[in-house]
Amino acid sequence: MIAIINTGCANINSVRFAFDRLGANPEIITAPEQLAQFDRAILPGVGHASVAMKRLLDNGWQQAIDEYQKPLMGICLGMQLLCEKTSEGDVDCLNKIPGAVTQLEVGKLTAPHMGWNNLGIEKPHALTQGITSQDQVYFVHSFAHSVNDYTLASGEYGQAFSAIVCKDNYAGMQFHPEKSAQVGAKLLTNFLNWNV
Amino acid sequence: MLSKRIIPCLDVKNGQVVKGVKFKGHEVVGDILELAELYSKAGADELVFYEISASVEKRLLDVTWVEQIARHIDIPFCVAGGIKSVADAAKVLESGADKISINSPAIHRPELIKELHDEFGKQCVVVGIDSFYDAETDQYLVYQLTGDPNASSRTRYKTQEWVKRVQDLGAGEIVLNCMNQDGVRKGYDNKQLSEIRAICDVPLIASGGAGTMQDFVDVFEQSQVDGALAASVFHKNVIDINELKQYLTNNGVAARLCN
Repeated sequence: MIAIINTGCANINSVRFAFDRLGANPEIITAPEQLAQFDRAILPGVGHASVAMKRLLDNGWQQAIDEYQKPLMGICLGMQLLCEKTSEGDVDCLNKIPGAVTQLEVGKLTAPHMGWNNLGIEKPHALTQGITSQDQVYFVHSFAHSVNDYTLASGEYGQAFSAIVCKDNYAGMQFHPEKSAQVGAKLLTNFLNWNV
Repeated sequence: MLSKRIIPCLDVKNGQVVKGVKFKGHEVVGDILELAELYSKAGADELVFYEISASVEKRLLDVTWVEQIARHIDIPFCVAGGIKSVADAAKVLESGADKISINSPAIHRPELIKELHDEFGKQCVVVGIDSFYDAETDQYLVYQLTGDPNASSRTRYKTQEWVKRVQDLGAGEIVLNCMNQDGVRKGYDNKQLSEIRAICDVPLIASGGAGTMQDFVDVFEQSQVDGALAASVFHKNVIDINELKQYLTNNGVAARLCN
């Protein structure tokens, strides 16, 4: 049983439909007490980090996420919220994955980083099984987590950044696997098969 | 490397996909969901749906088909048609669209762009601009309500000034429809697109005129656009998306290959 955490910030239907297509039929949860009964969970996110972070804290999600020992994956802003802190609104985040999130330095390139770009596989992991550096996924973001020891796959747009991160049972994808065609479906399937 | 995007455009009318020439004489080309699935499987990077009669009929597009697309399609898609308020946009985004595109409503009330930007973020606010080259005055002019030849009219804006204005208001992407080229498959308007590219800091999508695979190479090389939108060449099987991606790659244009 997979849960999608609904904090009221993100449009969660796209993520729900993607898991439906894989036959996983996720349940949407709105209260932290519900989390423990699920085998794995997704933290989606779109919007401004400080607004989303405030909603998570106000609704008591920090403790539930701290205590959760099964696979939990953040998508896009959801990934950033699992890190230490972000410069978007200058707020502390859930601190599950080491490293800070800062504005992407794109130089002369157009911002935000929007479109299909390559994944650079940094280390083998169940989450990146069957994925190569030829594969492209769909990104839409202006902020990013820098590459560190917890980076499973990197992205490159003006600078290198973390595309997939993981520490213990917590993982994150900066791009949108639910919108990344067959490659995205493979990554979501990997998440469904990941055991910690 | 960031790929140049290939974006099939589906004009929707009465629940069907239609296509006209120079914005007139629309004929039915197929079912919305069937075509969307066909194109996404063939390697389209994104889809755009315009419910062309919505703005003309002063109503919001029908969101029931938007949710059907979201359920079945695993690539991003943008929806346009009569979105006049934050509440309208919320309905479309909740139904599963990744972006919303506004055109005539933005001309009528430019502040709408800023309101959408503030509510949903820049990344999902696309502004479509219908630009017509007026040979008499040698100027590019913005048109509105182009979904219906009887309602279509010139606005007070020159294309360049409107492009600057919509960026200032918070547009996250601009689709430039070069009306003189629409549906005639004689190539993109690279002169105009290059001029707009020079003053456009957000992603710029070329629209109108695609006829051959070389036209796509030319628009990416000459106009430095981020994506190219096309309709009739895909609807009429003139160009296969998979072959187009291979052709772009062979010609040194960064493209996403799926197979």
